[in-house]
Amino acid sequence: MLRRTVLSALVAVLALVVPATAADTPGVTATEIKIGNTNPYSGPASAYGTIGKVIGAYFKKVNDEGGVNGRKINYISYDDAYSPPKTVEMVRKLVEQDQVAALFQTLGTPTNSAIHKYMNQQKVPHLFVATGATKWNDPKNFPWTMGWQPNYQTEGRIYAQYIMKNFPDAKIGILYQNDDYGKDYRKGLHDGLGEANAKKMIVMEQTYEVTDPTIDSQIVNLKNSGANVFFNVTIPKFAVQAIKKAHDIGWKPAHFLNNVSSSLATVLKPAGVEASRGLITALYMKEITDPQWKNDKGYQDWVAFMKKYYPEGALDDQSNAFGYTVAQAMVQVLKQCGNDLSRENILKQAENLKNVEFPLLLPGIKVNTSATDHAPLEQEQLAKFDGERWGLFGELYDAAKK
Amino acid sequence: MTARAGALGLAAALAVALALPFVVSNFRLFQFTQVGVYAIALLGLNVLTGYNGQISLGHGAFYALGAYTTAILIDHWNVPYPLTIIAAGVLCLVAGFLFGIPALRLEGLYLALATFALALAIPQILKYFEHWTGGSQGIVLSKPAPPWGMKASPDQWLYYFTLAVLVILFVLARNLLAGRTGRAIVAIRDNPIAAQAMGVNTALYKSLTFGVSAAYTGVAGALSAIVIAFVAPDAFNVFLSITFLTGIVIGGLASISGAIFGALFIQFVPNWAQDISKAAPWAIYGVFLIGFMYVMPFGIAGALRRVAARAARRGTAARA
Repeated sequence: MLRRTVLSALVAVLALVVPATAADTPGVTATEIKIGNTNPYSGPASAYGTIGKVIGAYFKKVNDEGGVNGRKINYISYDDAYSPPKTVEMVRKLVEQDQVAALFQTLGTPTNSAIHKYMNQQKVPHLFVATGATKWNDPKNFPWTMGWQPNYQTEGRIYAQYIMKNFPDAKIGILYQNDDYGKDYRKGLHDGLGEANAKKMIVMEQTYEVTDPTIDSQIVNLKNSGANVFFNVTIPKFAVQAIKKAHDIGWKPAHFLNNVSSSLATVLKPAGVEASRGLITALYMKEITDPQWKNDKGYQDWVAFMKKYYPEGALDDQSNAFGYTVAQAMVQVLKQCGNDLSRENILKQAENLKNVEFPLLLPGIKVNTSATDHAPLEQEQLAKFDGERWGLFGELYDAAKK
Repeated sequence: MTARAGALGLAAALAVALALPFVVSNFRLFQFTQVGVYAIALLGLNVLTGYNGQISLGHGAFYALGAYTTAILIDHWNVPYPLTIIAAGVLCLVAGFLFGIPALRLEGLYLALATFALALAIPQILKYFEHWTGGSQGIVLSKPAPPWGMKASPDQWLYYFTLAVLVILFVLARNLLAGRTGRAIVAIRDNPIAAQAMGVNTALYKSLTFGVSAAYTGVAGALSAIVIAFVAPDAFNVFLSITFLTGIVIGGLASISGAIFGALFIQFVPNWAQDISKAAPWAIYGVFLIGFMYVMPFGIAGALRRVAARAARRGTAARA
């Protein structure tokens, strides 16, 4: 009798436990997997909203081709208008109401900061966030969060190394945007030079506010400081002004332009090909308006995809190549998951990307992650503008190795 | 009749508000907590714009000031969060009063522009004092746990906490506006010269109204910092101030209950708009806005008042 009671109790417990394991994979059914996202489709940063759209277009393509391991990706993307409280609300909706399996490519530094703790408390994968800040690679304290692109400090260090090697007598002038983004670049350069060199080499630092109308006076000041190396940390609008102004007043320093403004279509051509000749930048992706990639298979595939799945998207907007590539990385993670789409396994596979290459990354650049490395892209290569294209030179710089 | 209907409505609303945590999910509750926060901010703005006739396009700035006061006090000195709300209210009262003094010289649209400048400036000012404000990175806070070992989720606790603050502030506002002070505030709006002739110190009252209004909005900002557990300059852009103004007009100018309706509108309608159309949510929002203004020119509170008045008339007609 007692044994029977115990047995039936065991059965009852088992009955409770078995569906519970199924419930451990929220957002996943036999036919679909839910992936959540927030993007600024409206508001001050809405130009970036195209990333959220191109990701949706890429997932549609994957679904049309049968999905991942037989499951369709149900991509739910909400507008947060780049406002952190709205991000919190929308992300809570995604996690608690829509029950997504993972959050992917939420865009912006302040917006992701607002949900950083929450995602890790909820233990929901918070993957490949779209921001260049350094803090996302912190698996010890935030094991569920992972960055994507090379961070700004890394890039700053790359220029520092190059400058020390090739311009030992450099007198460096810096122009940077007065916010996190600008300061991260500046810090990277300072760290790369080392304290003594930084003190000796940097002759002037100028800043601007993103709301300033022009930066002409900063350029004049930099020229007058006698700088012969110019570290130009500006977003496209100001990069055009800086390149033009420096050219117009006859200042000819070795000019390092941050990756943020490396677009031929939106920066170099508007600034003038003559004025742009000789610029140096660091790249990790193929610059899609650069003619050298015209016959590249990766580029052509991307154009065909854009025409079919996202015809309203601009073909000269690097964001559309960026979103396409990071979506491919997400699909790679899901593929590696096989049939186990629990949140734990999604995170585990995101931490298990080994030498993965994507068609729009520069040749040789590989994505690598591990349980202690939440920075997928850490390689970049320097390039010099020859008046027509970015000529890649030197070896791949790998931040993980230095 | 209408008074009794009003009292009944109030009791029903309070009952629904108290029961809410037992019926809705934590996420929904979080949204309703935000409604409560917005309602306090809107009430503050409504005291200034609806009752006193001073248009402010810059209340987002006081909201930000309140939010940052709380965030900095908690982050730097571990001050218990209920105290920080009081501090935020007092600081915004003073700031609002001081801003109200030069604003006395400005009327109508000119004042609107001056306050608009405040809204424009605040995100940059916040970035400038980086040591305190964390710059554009903002300040991350922890959500408070329910006190006294209460068996509630943090969301439930914050909801009741916000509701309590809301009820206290609404009762205070009602008492303020129903009495002598309230009559003076309204008189200044309706005819400043006549008000002055009757012995109302218009300058003092206008500045004080500005201060009280800012204090309410500051308290709302402080609560928002606790509820969101994060502050950053990007949360307090110009659009926030405009949203507040939209809220009081939709809810009903010069109406206390209007603040709640307005808060429900600014919290939920943008989300519905996004559910209806992903491609053009703001166009849908615009349609809602125009629709509301067309159907209810005196806001939701005004429309309800009219319905109640009509029902009362019909009641008396039937009896007669």
